[in-house]
Amino acid sequence: MSTELPEPASKIELKPGVGGGGEIPTFNITLRVRRYTPESTADAYWEDFKLTMYGTDRVLDALHKVKWEHDGSLSFRRSCAHGVCGSDAMRINGRNRLACKTLLKDLDTSKPITVEAIKGLPLEKDLIVDMEPFFQSYREIMPFLINDGHEPSGERYQSAADHAKFEDTTKCILCAACTSSCPVFWTDGQYFGPAAIVNAHRFIFDSRDDAGDMRLEILNDKEGVWRCRTTFNCTEACPRGIQVTQAIAEVKQAILSRTV
Amino acid sequence: MQVHKYDVVIVGAGGAGMRAAIESGQRAHTAVLTKLYPTRSHTGAAQGGMCAALANVEEDNWEWHTFDTVKGGDYLVDQDAAEVMAKEAIDAVLDLEKMGLPFNRTPEGKIDQRRFGGHTRDHGKAAVRRACYAADRTGHMILQTLYQNCVKHNVEFYNEYYVLDMLMVEEDAYREDGTAYKQKRVAGVVSYDLATGELHIFQAKSVVFATGGAGKVFKTTSNAHTLTGDGMGIAFRKGIPLEDMEFVQFHPTGLAGLGILLSEAARGEGAILRNSEGERFMERYAPTIKDLAPRDIVARSMANEVREGRGCGPNKDYVLLDLTHLEPAHIDAKLPDITEFARTYLGVEPYTEPVPVFPTAHYVMGGIPTNIDAEVLQDNDTVIPGLYAAGEVACVSVHGSNRLGTNSLLDINVFGKRAGLSAAKYAATADFVELPEDPEKFTSTQIDAMLNSTGTERVAVLRKELQDIMDANVQVFRDKDSLDRALVVIEELRERYKNVSVQDKGKRFNLDLLEAIELGFLLDMAEVMTAAAMHRKESRGGHYREDFPNRDDENFMKHSMSYRDATATTEGISGIRMETKPVIFTRYQPMERKY
Repeated sequence: MSTELPEPASKIELKPGVGGGGEIPTFNITLRVRRYTPESTADAYWEDFKLTMYGTDRVLDALHKVKWEHDGSLSFRRSCAHGVCGSDAMRINGRNRLACKTLLKDLDTSKPITVEAIKGLPLEKDLIVDMEPFFQSYREIMPFLINDGHEPSGERYQSAADHAKFEDTTKCILCAACTSSCPVFWTDGQYFGPAAIVNAHRFIFDSRDDAGDMRLEILNDKEGVWRCRTTFNCTEACPRGIQVTQAIAEVKQAILSRTV
Repeated sequence: MQVHKYDVVIVGAGGAGMRAAIESGQRAHTAVLTKLYPTRSHTGAAQGGMCAALANVEEDNWEWHTFDTVKGGDYLVDQDAAEVMAKEAIDAVLDLEKMGLPFNRTPEGKIDQRRFGGHTRDHGKAAVRRACYAADRTGHMILQTLYQNCVKHNVEFYNEYYVLDMLMVEEDAYREDGTAYKQKRVAGVVSYDLATGELHIFQAKSVVFATGGAGKVFKTTSNAHTLTGDGMGIAFRKGIPLEDMEFVQFHPTGLAGLGILLSEAARGEGAILRNSEGERFMERYAPTIKDLAPRDIVARSMANEVREGRGCGPNKDYVLLDLTHLEPAHIDAKLPDITEFARTYLGVEPYTEPVPVFPTAHYVMGGIPTNIDAEVLQDNDTVIPGLYAAGEVACVSVHGSNRLGTNSLLDINVFGKRAGLSAAKYAATADFVELPEDPEKFTSTQIDAMLNSTGTERVAVLRKELQDIMDANVQVFRDKDSLDRALVVIEELRERYKNVSVQDKGKRFNLDLLEAIELGFLLDMAEVMTAAAMHRKESRGGHYREDFPNRDDENFMKHSMSYRDATATTEGISGIRMETKPVIFTRYQPMERKY
């Protein structure tokens, strides 16, 4: 419930220089992009682009600069450009991240910044992969509320404590940064992968859902949660800060104890 | 070229499209065509909440919600539509809850509600808690929940299929009074498969447009790169009017210089705006509800502070959103995402420092005209059988000249559902309209011309010039001179567009080509927005003319209707015909709009 607050002051003294600002510095970078253009060249190759960028620019801005000013054929997905749509997960300096959430100034700009497609999914062109296998795993865990009881006329109640049990995993934007950072997924494409387990967790621990047992059974499969080797890559990769490894551990624990 | 046949084809997989698909998919053979994977849609970027008079935390009723919506839209709202929306809001929230949406809860376990701009108790007496929410990611949760339920109902998606044209025929018809007219009928759509570069024809009895807005007409915008007005543009080219296109909402709190949205929920939770003197300036502009005044008023007030020299920063070109008097724990619980945006993109810590903000192009109030059953109109009252629109692409009109915060998430749920039901119902008894000859011809010609062009103009250059000119001249403040300046450049850019070429000549994932086609839509939308703004010689809601600073009900209490018409000239712009349409009144007579 919203807290009642006293009226804020009509006027306050602002500290000098408050609110950031100042001249935005420019700097030069080398963007090293893993290209794959099967219509013209059979093999993937690296291509360097030298760019002048601003202090607030992100890797996505650098990619746009290439596409819009140098080479229109460079292909990558993007939409919202601020980390909520999940289109632009890619490997940046060997780590899975969203290009729109990675500020250039936070990277070592004295060396080339490498950008490649995420791993473990079929490569289509440049930074674009086929997402279908990823969404297939997602669909298999039945990612929707299943409730056996008859439909209530009003809302179902849920305590704040019950809501808190699964709130973290509701943040998932299906960007695949976690799944495509998982060494088990790289070697075994059949493995459900962290994102599917995260989305299963979101329903298994929702007090309104009745199909937790079915989902636990699915994830108890040989390609299920037991393939997880707890390397924490997924948790590090998640741009939403979801405690992915912990969620997987909670699902493992639930399978063992079948308490939900 | 493949031809597919469906009862219902839905174009767009944001909130409105997927809400329609859930209804239609259970009743008719339905396909959803979407240029993005469904969960990438910009509904997911909506933050603050979805209003419904549940009265879970304090007294409220849908009639108050209707009034706020009408007054918020400066009385240009069609009141029958606003009543439908406010009334059905309650079921819309309950539907989402039953589908699994994880709303924040009260201590008793009920759906919690919070304050939002322009939503008041008893016709403006005080702010009311009406917005149901899931932290500051309500849109994300709505998009995910709707997608989850589409998966549950096995909705058929064609992902990364760009719809580039609509197939329509015209038939001779007669009105009741015996006058002849041309009745438009929809036969299907033409789409481009991004992965292969192939064209696919989708023949359908019902077509639902749910393609969202056109915010990328502007440089500073909260909108995704992909919001290029495709659906509005296709309809406009087919002779369907666009209603009220002069009304674009500038959201007050975009991150300065970037346009990334910081939800109004911040002010709903107690944040306030300050100028360079540390003053809470909204006390001067809206003495009763201050920082929770509707967006048009707050955005204009902010721009005015900057104009009068009380802006902050080295260039004095923004104001500050101050959350520093709020408890960090409260901020973390209610506003986690937007405070992270401030940290990530501006390096500002909202616990201790105020955040630089400035208005950002956010929402197109206008769009394809529809009635309350989401049926598209080809003029003021003639329905096009089988054609529907819902969400930002449509103009019902529930937002009038200024949309209230949270009413867009509501709009997509209420009218998305209605569109899905209407489309399925129509398809149950209708026949397919025969496809025109060479249905793909317009699109294939356009694509071939673009791929084969040896022109010297670059898409990105033209787009940037367009966005710069729109930001400079068609933003919060407008007058005849600024609109003239914009029009000159838009017309010049439309000429130069004919000389655009793309570098990627391939078939696979040719986003270079698609950006070029999207630019065509943007240019059309910029032209029609500016023409409509020129035509409306008054100030109302989101449209403020400095040369006509007052609302003029006598001459302008009516919707504008812009038509593409090669033979017409409006305000010196050839190719656009401007007409008007009466506003529907039910219970509220226009009053002066004060807060």
